[in-house]
Amino acid sequence: MNFQSSSKQDFKVVGTRVARPDGVDKVTGRALYGADFNVPGCQVGLILRSPHAHARIDNIDTSEALALPGVKAVVTSADWGVPEDEGLRDVQDNCLARGKVLYDGHAVAAVAAKDMVTARAALKLIRVDYTPLPHVTDVDEAMKPDAPVVQEARADESVPEGSGPNVTHYCEFGHGDLDAGFAKADTVIERSFTTAATHQGYIEPHACVASYGNDGKADLWCTTQGQYLVRDLCAGIMGMEGSQLRVTPSEIGGGFGGKTTVFIEPVALALSRKAGRPVKIVMSRVDVFRATGPTVSSSMDVRIGMTKDGRITAGEAKLRYQGGAFPCGTVDMGAQAAFAAYDMEAVRTRGWNALTNRPKEAAYRAPGAPMAIYAVESVVDELCQQLELDPLDVRLKNAADAGTKASYGVTFDQIGLRATLEAAKEHAHYHAPLGENQGRGLSCGFWFNFGGNTSVSLAINADGTASVTEGNPDIGGSRASISMMAAEELGIPYDKVRTFITDTGSLGQNDVTDGSRVTFAVGLATIKAARAAIQVMCARAAKIWGIDEDAVIWEDGAAKPSGPNAGDFEPMTLAEIAAISSETGGPIAGHHEVNAEGAGVSFGVHLADVEVDPETGATTVLRYTVFQDAGKAVHPDYVEGQMQGGAAQGIGWALNEEYIYDEDGRLQNAGFLDYRIPVASDLPAIDTVILEIPNPGHPYGVRGVGETPIVPPLAALSNAVSRAVGVRLHELPMSPPKILKAIMAQG
Amino acid sequence: MQYMKPQTAAEVSDILARSEGAARILGGGTDLLVQMRSGMIEPETIVDIKHLDGIRDITSEDGGLRIGAAVSGQRLGEHEGAKALWPGVVEACELIGSTQIQGRCTMVGNLCNGGPAADSVPAMIAAAAVVRIEGPDGPRDCPAEDFVTGPGKTVLGKGEFVSSVFLPARPKAASDAYLRFIPRTEMDIAVASAGVNIELADDGTIKSARVAIGAVGPRVILVPDAADAIIGSKLEDPAIAALVRACEAASSPIDDKRGTAEFRTTVVGVLAKRAARIAMTRAGENQ
Repeated sequence: MNFQSSSKQDFKVVGTRVARPDGVDKVTGRALYGADFNVPGCQVGLILRSPHAHARIDNIDTSEALALPGVKAVVTSADWGVPEDEGLRDVQDNCLARGKVLYDGHAVAAVAAKDMVTARAALKLIRVDYTPLPHVTDVDEAMKPDAPVVQEARADESVPEGSGPNVTHYCEFGHGDLDAGFAKADTVIERSFTTAATHQGYIEPHACVASYGNDGKADLWCTTQGQYLVRDLCAGIMGMEGSQLRVTPSEIGGGFGGKTTVFIEPVALALSRKAGRPVKIVMSRVDVFRATGPTVSSSMDVRIGMTKDGRITAGEAKLRYQGGAFPCGTVDMGAQAAFAAYDMEAVRTRGWNALTNRPKEAAYRAPGAPMAIYAVESVVDELCQQLELDPLDVRLKNAADAGTKASYGVTFDQIGLRATLEAAKEHAHYHAPLGENQGRGLSCGFWFNFGGNTSVSLAINADGTASVTEGNPDIGGSRASISMMAAEELGIPYDKVRTFITDTGSLGQNDVTDGSRVTFAVGLATIKAARAAIQVMCARAAKIWGIDEDAVIWEDGAAKPSGPNAGDFEPMTLAEIAAISSETGGPIAGHHEVNAEGAGVSFGVHLADVEVDPETGATTVLRYTVFQDAGKAVHPDYVEGQMQGGAAQGIGWALNEEYIYDEDGRLQNAGFLDYRIPVASDLPAIDTVILEIPNPGHPYGVRGVGETPIVPPLAALSNAVSRAVGVRLHELPMSPPKILKAIMAQG
Repeated sequence: MQYMKPQTAAEVSDILARSEGAARILGGGTDLLVQMRSGMIEPETIVDIKHLDGIRDITSEDGGLRIGAAVSGQRLGEHEGAKALWPGVVEACELIGSTQIQGRCTMVGNLCNGGPAADSVPAMIAAAAVVRIEGPDGPRDCPAEDFVTGPGKTVLGKGEFVSSVFLPARPKAASDAYLRFIPRTEMDIAVASAGVNIELADDGTIKSARVAIGAVGPRVILVPDAADAIIGSKLEDPAIAALVRACEAASSPIDDKRGTAEFRTTVVGVLAKRAARIAMTRAGENQ
């Protein structure tokens, strides 16, 4: 049972485009999402939210609401203790404000009532006395020494003396002599950029049902990217032991990182405990925008030096991120990712996080990387324009490769950047002619990818099928990929395997579905669980044949004697072994638990053609191609779907999506009408080219693919638009008023 | 809350006149239901007018067309006569909402909302449409440009409602067009818009015109100066430049989340120019 990388493996199931297991349920409406779950006697939970960007809570009077017939419970932060752990306390304080409201939409109190009409009436009867406080929503304003203080004394040990009161975190990465590097350059360009906060935009709002029993045991059903994390956070906030709270995830209607924490779940549990009944909370779209986490907004300075022939001599980035009213470490990832695509002698990135009166940041697909790489790739593109160099040649000339010491300290193993750039250069898209008012942009993208804690169980059923039980909600097709890897390993057809996502009581800890980790880490654990089951099946065959266990091998879904010396027996198939398992020792299963390491990094390159209407500033994306290293594409349809979906979200980020606040710090566009994600007709068919440079850390060579594709579109679009209109843009989104203003300013 | 389903205009007026709390008309319901669900309004009475005679019909009248208040965007969009006579009005109405919304939404509802960015309204005003109002004193007519008095406000008095819109007859060598600007390609609200209606003389010059612009002021604006700028021309460059200037001058937009005042002022001129060219081409094809 050696664990070998098998890049040359001859796959039977992996790499095919089998039917997705959730397709029929989702198309027919049979799939049960968060809001579809109901239990008898369930009460309606509603949350009262702050109308202020920043205010002290002087008093909350819930007596009138409680007196309303049909109201079963009202809760505030006073119903919970104050956790010692800072991270947990921040999550809790975000779920129900304690002492101060920190942003427009911050939850203050909640009611449980017999129906929606009563719950709405009760919310209006809760009296909250506020003293409004000065607020700040802009990151550069928030970093000033005299800025309104969002939270006192939240700086960690990394923050240098003399930083503004809202700065909570500082980081620095890089190597080499910057001054010497810039001295070698023929041209140095320094530019400043800003990007707006964008929301993950999942279609399914947060929803949950909590049922807290009189004996202190509780059940929670919710839509989430990680039931174990929900359990741990809720148990911590509620003062429960983890084993007493069972969390069952529903089908999930999109997450993109935004469902990797809790907002309503602890509130529903608190209401249920107080009401003595199950309580259901479903967020409205307005609440999702106001009170769940968008990604960070940023303000950045990037300086890069280049020789006339396109060699980058030095690069420096200063990144200032705000992740809302609570400390946030996302800037670390931006500072590490910024220059990842380049092999550099001298590079330094520095990052600051500042508190603002905005909702608490939640992860969004490659958190922190898209904006940093947007700034770097914009400056590289401008250098290419100034020096009249081909932007793909320049990237190839400077591309990170195996053995390159990355700007964030690691030395890369096998990576696919060079192959991806070469594929882009050879592609017809790169050579297609452009018309008037059209421009072509490109950008590299990168994401680290993660592994993490994973627990998988695989049962061989008596009828010759297999059931895989895993603990990671499927947001990108993982059930299909997991079943495929199990089928591949067991040597049985894909349709003999079904993968189930289970509750927190059924398996060991599974980290959240994030970091593009599931197909890699759960896949790895599934393969090992299958190998464990195979070992059992080989032992059963050995027992039947009366030979040594070591003399049995597994091939094409059957146990066989390892050679002529082992004995002359007909192979026994999985189905044959399974059918008589009760006579040979009982049920057959395999399981595997691991904190997986070796998730290979993933690079991508995007090409975008746009046309800009010079009279209105409107951008049309004409053609778009994604090139990405997938290590091994287990299910190519899903891999392409990830590449297209990431590109679509990145295009939205580049062109129109933004959190807009008014002077009073109130969110102006809490809905899909004015928070403009692209609609289908806004996008061309997005072409995809999958490259497969195997990840040595996975038995099949798999790399995570989910996050990298949201990284390049920001710069690819900005570079394309800048080339189309003949003026460089430094701000996202590039909404039509901004583009038109830039066009008119150049005359 | 009570739901009423009257059969005659007189009954509708009566219910509206006698209602003490807020009463709302249900036609397509595509605004009403959204407002109710979001908690913006809590009407005491909902008056469903879809069962009135002729309210869902498009009927010929004096060479023009009478569009019932409950005619959906979808139905109008499939009406050959309407498309031939007033293509600009039809294309404007078809821009309201999504495909699903089109099955329900109405031009009259779009008008009665009183929004400055309503898509069908600039086209209706450019078309010199006439709004038929029913009320306690019987029917009365109101030119479309006078119907909306401010954001969300109309000339409708207590007990009154709109039963239809009349699109007048026009000579053969005439046509209209409507354009709006949105940051996306659909599912959005106009940041600026323009409806242009043109009638040609025998020599191919513009004999008469009406230009209306939307989303650049508290209500949709009829711009006589813009019409004057192109009357007598074949849309040569100076006429176009004067049209653009007149539209810019008539605009008084605000900065908001959908666009800056500067952007709206610039773009409304661009849209008027482009809509005029489309209307001109269409009128020429009819000649």
